[in-house]
Amino acid sequence: MSMAEFFAMGGYGFYVWGAYGVTAVLLALEIVAVRARYRAARRAAQLRETTG
Amino acid sequence: MSSHLINWFRFASPASFFPLAGRIARWFAVPAGLLGAAGLWLGLVVAPTDAQQGDAYRIIFIHVPAAWMSMFIYLVMAGWCAMSLTFNARLSAMMAQALAPTGALFTLIALCTGALWGRPAWGTYWAWDARMTSELILLFLYLGFLALRQAIEDPRRADRASAVLALVGAVNVPIIYFSVRWWNTLHQGASVSLTAAPKMAAIMLMAMLLMTFAAWFYAIAVTMVRARAIILERERRTAWAGTLAGVVQ
Repeated sequence: MSMAEFFAMGGYGFYVWGAYGVTAVLLALEIVAVRARYRAARRAAQLRETTG
Repeated sequence: MSSHLINWFRFASPASFFPLAGRIARWFAVPAGLLGAAGLWLGLVVAPTDAQQGDAYRIIFIHVPAAWMSMFIYLVMAGWCAMSLTFNARLSAMMAQALAPTGALFTLIALCTGALWGRPAWGTYWAWDARMTSELILLFLYLGFLALRQAIEDPRRADRASAVLALVGAVNVPIIYFSVRWWNTLHQGASVSLTAAPKMAAIMLMAMLLMTFAAWFYAIAVTMVRARAIILERERRTAWAGTLAGVVQ
């Protein structure tokens, strides 16, 4: 199987890669968002600690 | 006799659960990536082309695990809500709060990948059939749960109100699951059932199970990190939250 054949997915490339692409983007966004939320919560709690 | 056993009730307090959640997140994040990589390789490269559907069927390796997760996470979330209502337990409500966004995400993935599969398989991205409509309602239940929490200022009141909503909405999960049996839907029947032999080749089943475990591990890891954020957000007035935030990674 050639690389081009693999990406063509037997003519269903748009649907197959579209589905995997949407999933990858959504999961990546969630990971970024949840890490940002954790860091922000940690900063806020630390601020609380240092300022009393 | 029981002195050397772990006191599990200790972890019902957010302060002692916080470091445990961090360890769980680390334990599950790496296996999630490895299982996902193995599942993708099996599903996209090793598994043969389907005789009827061509390569379009490969969407199954994300669509089915995502759809399972969307229903399973909802049931776990409703279970935590029942615990929080019954025992008035703060951490149970926080767990439900931490699960909701990931559940909504898997529901959205199931809907998007389903649309992208429906087009080549049935000639349409969307139909108002029982399976798809009830899955869309599940997305609205997750979003409603989150919106209701946002709308109520007092977190303890938000816990109770959103828990009632989640429990009432739980009736939708069996409707989604059995919709393909109860109604004549465009959507196909169950791909895998506990009572019948699987209708797919072993290699395809293997790829789907790997992707399912990857989704499980991913959901656990990301929920634990979110639970830690929620604990800090809600408990930051306490001294221990500030201390934990300072010393724990």
